[in-house]
Amino acid sequence: MFPFAFEWVWDAGHVVFMGGLWYALSIIGLGMTYCIIKAVIDTSKGKGGHHH
Amino acid sequence: MDSALIPKGVKRCSLGLFTLGIAVAGAVLLWGVYAMLLCWIKGLNQTNMNDYYGFALWIWADLAVIALGGGAFFTGFLRYVIGKDELKNIINYAVIIGFICYSSALLILAIDVGQPLRSWFIFWHANVHSMLTEVAFCLSCYFVVLIIEFIPLILENRQLDKVPFFHNLSHNMHEVMAIFAATGAFLSFFHQGSMGGIAGVLYGRPFGSREGLLVWPWTFFLFTWSAAACGPCFTILVTWITEKITKKKLVKDNVIRLLAKISGWMLATYIIAKIIDTWYWATVTAPSMGFTLMDFYSNNAFYGIWILVLEIFVCGVIPALILITKTGRNNSKLLMTAVILAVIGVCINRWVMVLQMMAMPVLTFENWVLYLPSWQEVATTILPVAYGVIVLALSYRYLPVFPQEKELNPID
Repeated sequence: MFPFAFEWVWDAGHVVFMGGLWYALSIIGLGMTYCIIKAVIDTSKGKGGHHH
Repeated sequence: MDSALIPKGVKRCSLGLFTLGIAVAGAVLLWGVYAMLLCWIKGLNQTNMNDYYGFALWIWADLAVIALGGGAFFTGFLRYVIGKDELKNIINYAVIIGFICYSSALLILAIDVGQPLRSWFIFWHANVHSMLTEVAFCLSCYFVVLIIEFIPLILENRQLDKVPFFHNLSHNMHEVMAIFAATGAFLSFFHQGSMGGIAGVLYGRPFGSREGLLVWPWTFFLFTWSAAACGPCFTILVTWITEKITKKKLVKDNVIRLLAKISGWMLATYIIAKIIDTWYWATVTAPSMGFTLMDFYSNNAFYGIWILVLEIFVCGVIPALILITKTGRNNSKLLMTAVILAVIGVCINRWVMVLQMMAMPVLTFENWVLYLPSWQEVATTILPVAYGVIVLALSYRYLPVFPQEKELNPID
């Protein structure tokens, strides 16, 4: 799973497979981080107290 | 008693009646949980799986629910990436159905692996040459995407929405949902495909083995295609069942017909590709391995040529023809017949690609080996249905799932 794990080999299979996994996880993680941080900022500015 | 939690402007049944319904589904759920605990505590000797059937009822159920849950990724793709705005009126329900299907698949896999405490091995010690590794990666990641797509809807509950942070979080998640939907479509394309790819690369099993493109056998593309075609049909079917139970119109006909039309064209093109694939397999691939078509459909007590006709013609060609014609889509009985046939068709496809492939003898000294699941396997396969009913009931009661419900069912 990681280059420091004992069975890791620097070949196309590992790079494509694990690269794809980390790429998808990064998008999901960054997307959620953005949403949460923006929600904290919006809330601290007093947004969301009324319904629209 | 729970009226403060129910969305404004809509009517729900009494809490007593709702609790009774949940209790009935809960009893079935408990039966499944008991069987699940038996499998976990006593082991896979509780099943009728054996050396012939390493893949059995559970893997069929996994493949079937994931295909049926394909409505979430494909409807999300159409709504957020292609921009079919009308589908915003059904996307919430598609996401909930997808969430149920994928969580059910993961639960079944957790029973099937026999030693769930080691299920993380597939990530940590990944075999990068295995289609199953790709399935495990994409399936888990896509389940996270489905949770992310479900969260804003949960946060729109009348009471949760009053909390400013939740309101803002839900709003922000809606804003970037296209990114999550696109990621979901990417992940779904690969795991739906790899599930078909598993059968296609088994060259020792001529029933499933196929040629293909680079490392992907044709079954890879056929599985993704069929999930995109039949998943939305399952969403339409569950919406229709919900409307019958609640005795309400929840989604306008134009939305259902648009989704049905897209599904119809996907199904029509899929079934043409499937017929070409079957013809090539029957006339070229299988003979090159020493088999004729009828070797796969004779000399056994169950699998006759009828199952091929049922899958491709009755549950493929007929629903496709109904769904691509305006007359067919505008007739609600024909539309629902087509939707039900398409759902049955994809389930039969997954059944034959898992179980008939295992049953078929491949060596001269072997016979057809038929399989009947144990009650524990049946109970754990019914468990997700009961779980799904409970999640759908809770979501419908407490969340604003259908944006058109108020307009279609005004309260005097």
